[in-house]
Amino acid sequence: MTVVAIVCFALLGAGAVLILARLALGPSLLDRVVSTDALLVTIACGIAVYCAVYRDVSLEPVLLVVALLAFVGSVSVARYIGGMLVAAETSAEAPADDAAADADLAGRRGDPS
Amino acid sequence: MTAADVVASVCLVAGSFLCLAAGLGLVRFPDVLNRMHAATKPQVLGVLLVMTGAVIRLVGEPIVWMLVLVAVFQLITAPVSAHMVSRIAYRRRHVRRDLLLVDELGGADDPLPSRPHPVHPEGDPDVDEPADGPERPADR
Repeated sequence: MTVVAIVCFALLGAGAVLILARLALGPSLLDRVVSTDALLVTIACGIAVYCAVYRDVSLEPVLLVVALLAFVGSVSVARYIGGMLVAAETSAEAPADDAAADADLAGRRGDPS
Repeated sequence: MTAADVVASVCLVAGSFLCLAAGLGLVRFPDVLNRMHAATKPQVLGVLLVMTGAVIRLVGEPIVWMLVLVAVFQLITAPVSAHMVSRIAYRRRHVRRDLLLVDELGGADDPLPSRPHPVHPEGDPDVDEPADGPERPADR
């Protein structure tokens, strides 16, 4: 079982490092929301692997709390972004597309400019 | 190591591998919707596999129902949060439109044709509007 623990924690750790890289690099706030969600799920998987490998049930309430927190966090941040403009954080990968969509939407709204 | 332990080990390693796959996908994929696609793998199948392995290992303990509760909760909440994040991503134009094969929301005339568009006297709250004023001079 020790080998299983080492393999599982290595896989989970590598995944968590990559998710953290996206969390740090992510061009937009929504990328960070998605990666925070994935990071919390990875943490929940790690706690469950610990519980399973060592037959230790003392951490299972933490597992439930982490699962709840992932949902509440991503939904509340998504609602928050829905009420604000994230122009400064729009994806740097497609600026021309962004500007075109902007002008398009403004024209459809009857924007005078 | 009994047969149940072997099955549990396979489930745990497979679930952990899905977390690694989510990390790779999050780093390599180009925009928010693709990254959501990658990040959903451990959210549903990974959590289910890990919880299955943990239940097999911990069967007999009185607190095992909590693992089942976590799995059911993930199944219920993952579509809700994914729906909200992808809706905001589409409306805020974090989506790479050149990568879309089918764009059912982006008709030629109506930006949001899937529902009626009410006219609000002080501006439509659903359409992109700056929080600090009606205009963004940098883009015009």
